[in-house]
Amino acid sequence: MRHIISLLLENESGALSRVAGLFSARGYNIEALTVAPTEDPTVSRMTIVTRGDERVIEQITKQLNKLIDVIKVLDISEADHIERELMLVKVRAKDQEREEIKRLADIFRGRIIDVTASSYVIEMTGASPKLDAFLANLAKDWIIEVVRSGPTGILRGERGLHL
Amino acid sequence: MDLSGAEIVVQALKDEGVEFIFGYPGGAVLHIYDALFGQEEVKHVLVRHEQGATHMADGYARATGKPGVVLATSGPGATNLVTGIATAYMDSSPLVVLTGQVPTPVIGSDAFQECDTVGITRPCVKHNFLVKDRHKLAETIKKAFYIATTGRPGPVLVDIPKDITDPKVKIPYHYPKTVHLRSYNPTVKGNPRQIRKAAELILEAKRPMIYSGGGVILGEASEELRELTRWLGFPITSTLMGLGAYPGTDRQFLGMLGMHGTYEANMAMHECDVLLAVGARFDDRVTGKLDEFCPYAKIIHIDVDPSSISKNVLVDIPIVGQAKPVLAELLVQLKASGRRPEAEALSAWWEQIERWRALDCLRYDRESSLIKPQYVVEQLWQVTRGKAYVTSDVGQHQMWVAQYYKFDYPRRWINSGGLGTMGFGLPAAIGVKLAFPEEDVVCVTGEASIQMCIQELSTALQYKTPIKIVNLNNRYMGMVRQWQEFTYESRYSHSYMDALPDFVKLAEAYGHVGMLIEKPQDVRPALEEAFSMKDKLVFLDFITDRTENVYPMVEAGKAQHQMRLPPWISPERELA
Ligand SMILES: Cc1cc2nc3c(=O)[nH]c(=O)nc-3n(C[C@H](O)[C@H](O)[C@H](O)COP(=O)(O)OP(=O)(O)OC[C@H]3O[C@@H](n4cnc5c(N)ncnc54)[C@H](O)[C@@H]3O)c2cc1C
Ligand SMILES: Cc1ncc(C[n+]2csc(CCOP(=O)(O)OP(=O)(O)O)c2C)c(N)n1
Ligand SMILES: [Mg+2]
Repeated sequence: MRHIISLLLENESGALSRVAGLFSARGYNIEALTVAPTEDPTVSRMTIVTRGDERVIEQITKQLNKLIDVIKVLDISEADHIERELMLVKVRAKDQEREEIKRLADIFRGRIIDVTASSYVIEMTGASPKLDAFLANLAKDWIIEVVRSGPTGILRGERGLHL
Repeated sequence: MDLSGAEIVVQALKDEGVEFIFGYPGGAVLHIYDALFGQEEVKHVLVRHEQGATHMADGYARATGKPGVVLATSGPGATNLVTGIATAYMDSSPLVVLTGQVPTPVIGSDAFQECDTVGITRPCVKHNFLVKDRHKLAETIKKAFYIATTGRPGPVLVDIPKDITDPKVKIPYHYPKTVHLRSYNPTVKGNPRQIRKAAELILEAKRPMIYSGGGVILGEASEELRELTRWLGFPITSTLMGLGAYPGTDRQFLGMLGMHGTYEANMAMHECDVLLAVGARFDDRVTGKLDEFCPYAKIIHIDVDPSSISKNVLVDIPIVGQAKPVLAELLVQLKASGRRPEAEALSAWWEQIERWRALDCLRYDRESSLIKPQYVVEQLWQVTRGKAYVTSDVGQHQMWVAQYYKFDYPRRWINSGGLGTMGFGLPAAIGVKLAFPEEDVVCVTGEASIQMCIQELSTALQYKTPIKIVNLNNRYMGMVRQWQEFTYESRYSHSYMDALPDFVKLAEAYGHVGMLIEKPQDVRPALEEAFSMKDKLVFLDFITDRTENVYPMVEAGKAQHQMRLPPWISPERELA
C-alpha cells in the first residue's frame, strides 16, 4: 500500500540526512520526498511517499518518531486528506500539435507558462495519479523534459499537523 | 565566568559530575587537553587505542548506570571509535563521545585529519551534533548527556571543531541545569488501561512465563521485577543482556533463553500461554524461527522504545514506558484485584517445567583429564562467591559464562550482545574496575578475542586496575569452529589460532602476572591464588579442551524448542 507520511522536524543541517539514512539503512522504500521550512523558520515540513504493508509502515512511523530531530509524524493517508504535486513539462509543440497539446493541457487544468515557436512549458498541479494520466496522454516524442516536485499533502477539516 | 571553548568542555564535564574521561590526544583536541592539564576533578584515562576508550567508557557505564565519557581527536581518532560506539548503540549503553574536528573554516576541504565524523557515526548513535557556534557548546554538551541517559539510553557524539575551543576567545559560561527538546519526550509511565488489561491476562494464565531483558537492568527495575515475579510465582527466563536482574540462583529462574538457552527455558517459552516480556527486544538469537515463536502465547510487552514493540513479533498488549514504574504499577493492580494466579494450573505447569529441568541440559564431562571450560567458569563463580563483575569477549567463552556463572545481581554481567564485538572484554573490565576498585573484576575471554584489544594491558598498569583475565584458551575461534563443525562438515576454514603468543610472557612484558594452567586439578588453586593477589592484574591462561561445544544450541532456521543437545543427553530417552 502507498502511504503519505508527513513530518515536522527541526530545520537543522543534518536532519534530512537522518531521515534519508534511516530509510536506506532499514531498507524502506522512498518513492518521493519533499521538504521545506514552514511558517516557523525553525521547523521544516517533510512529506514522504512510501510503500509497505501495515507492519512496515508502523515501523517506519515509529523509527521516524525516534529520530531526535523529528517533532511529529503523521500518516496522512490514514485519514481524509488532500494530495497535490506540482509538475512542469516541456514539450515539443509545432504545427497542428500546438493546438492538440493546448487542448489536452486545458482538459487537465494545466497552464502554459512558457511558449516558443517550437515548445511549451506546461505547469500542472494535482494528485499524482492525475499528473501520471496527463503524461500518459502525451505522445512520447513530444516530451522534452518532466520535472515533478513529489507529492505534498494536508488533512481535510480542522485537524492539522502542527506544534 | 568567562571561559574558552576548551575550558567550557572541561567545566561542563565537571558540572555534569563526570569522574573519568577515556581518551587519546591529537591535533584537533589539543586545546581541550590543555584545559584538562593540571586539574584533578575529571580524571583522564589515557588508553592505547581509541576503540579501547569507548569500551572502557561503556564498561564503566554498564556497571554504574552513569554515562561513560570519551574524548578523541578528528580523523583517525574518530574512526577508531566507531566499533565501540556501535557496540554501545546496539546494547543501549549511555555514552557521551567528544571528538575534535578540523577548524570550521576548512570543514569540507579535505583538510588534514578531516573526516565527516557526524556522517560516519550517524547510523550508530542515538544522536550526534556538530558544534558550529561556541555559544552553543555548553548547551549542546548538556543535551548530549540528557539524550544519552534518558528514554532508551545510547551513545551521543559531539563533534567540536578546533576553532570553537580556541583558548584565546573567552565567552560567558553558563551550564543549564535542565534542557528541554520539543522533539524528544520519552515516555515514563505506562498507560494504566493497558496495564489493567495486562493484569487481567496474567491472572487468566495457565502456563505463564516471564521473559526479561536488558531493559530491566538499564531501567533499574530489578527490585520491581523480583517482587512481581515472586508474588506471581511464575517461571522466569532472561536474555543474555538481562542476566542478574532476577537472581540466577533462584528456583523460579529457568536460566537464559535463546540460541544457547537452557532446555527448560526454551521449552517453557514454546509451551507458555501468556508471555510477559519486559525490556527485551525479541532478538533473532532469542526467537529462532519467527513463525514458530511462542505459538500458544498471548504476549504482553513492556518497553520504553515503541519501535521495539511488534518489530519482530506481533504482541497483544503493548505497554510503552519505563520498566520500573510499569512493573510497580502492574503489581499494584494485581494486588488490588484481590485475585491470585490459578494455583492448580500453575502447579501443574511447574511440574512440567521441573521435568524439563531434570534433564540437566548443562551437564558436562567432569571426569575428563582436559580442562573443561565450563568447569573453569563454575570454579570462578565459586571462588568469587558469585559476586564478581564479569566482562567477556565474544564466542563460546561468553556463552559459558552466561550459562554457568549464576548472576544474582544486576549490572555485574557486562558483555557485547547486540553487535558481538570481540575486543570488548579487557577494556570494559578496566572501566568497571576504575568505578569499583574494591570489587573483584574478571574478564573471561578467548585467545582470539583478547588479542583484539590486548594493548590495553598497558593502560591497566598505568591506572592500577588489578583485574583478573580468565583466558579460555582452546586454540580455536571456538564459536566459529563450532558452526563449521555443525554446518560445514567440520571444514575448519581459518578458524584455528596458530602462532599464538606466550600469554604468560606477554602479561609479564606488560608488567603483570601471568599463569599457565593445564590440568583440571590446578584450576581452583590457580583462581584462588590469582584473586588473593589484590593489587596485581593476573592473566590466567587456561589450556582447555579444544573441541568442546556450547550446548544446547538452536541452529539457524530452527524453532526455539528444536534444540541441539550434546550427544550424551537425549530428552526422548531420559524424559520418556
Ligand atoms: C555469540 C552470541 C550468542 C548469543 N546468544 C544469545 C542467546 O542464546 N540468548 C540471548 O538471549 N541472547 C543471545 N545473544 C545476544 C543477542 O544477540 C541480543 O543482544 C540479546 O538477545 C538482546 O537482549 P535483550 O532483548 O534483552 O535486549 P537489549 O539489547 O538489552 O535491549 C533492551 C530492550 O529494552 C528496552 N529498554 C531499555 N531501557 C528500558 C527501560 N528503562 N524500561 C523498559 N525497556 C527498556 C530497549 O528499548 C530494548 O528494547 C548472543 C550474542 C552473541 C554475541
Ligand atoms: C570483531 C569481530 N570479528 C569477528 C567476529 C566473529 N566471531 C565471533 S566468535 C569468534 C571467535 C572467537 O574466538 P575466541 O575469542 O578464541 O573465543 P572462543 O569462541 O574460542 O571461546 C569470531 C571470529 C566477531 N564477533 N567480532
Ligand atoms: Mg578460542
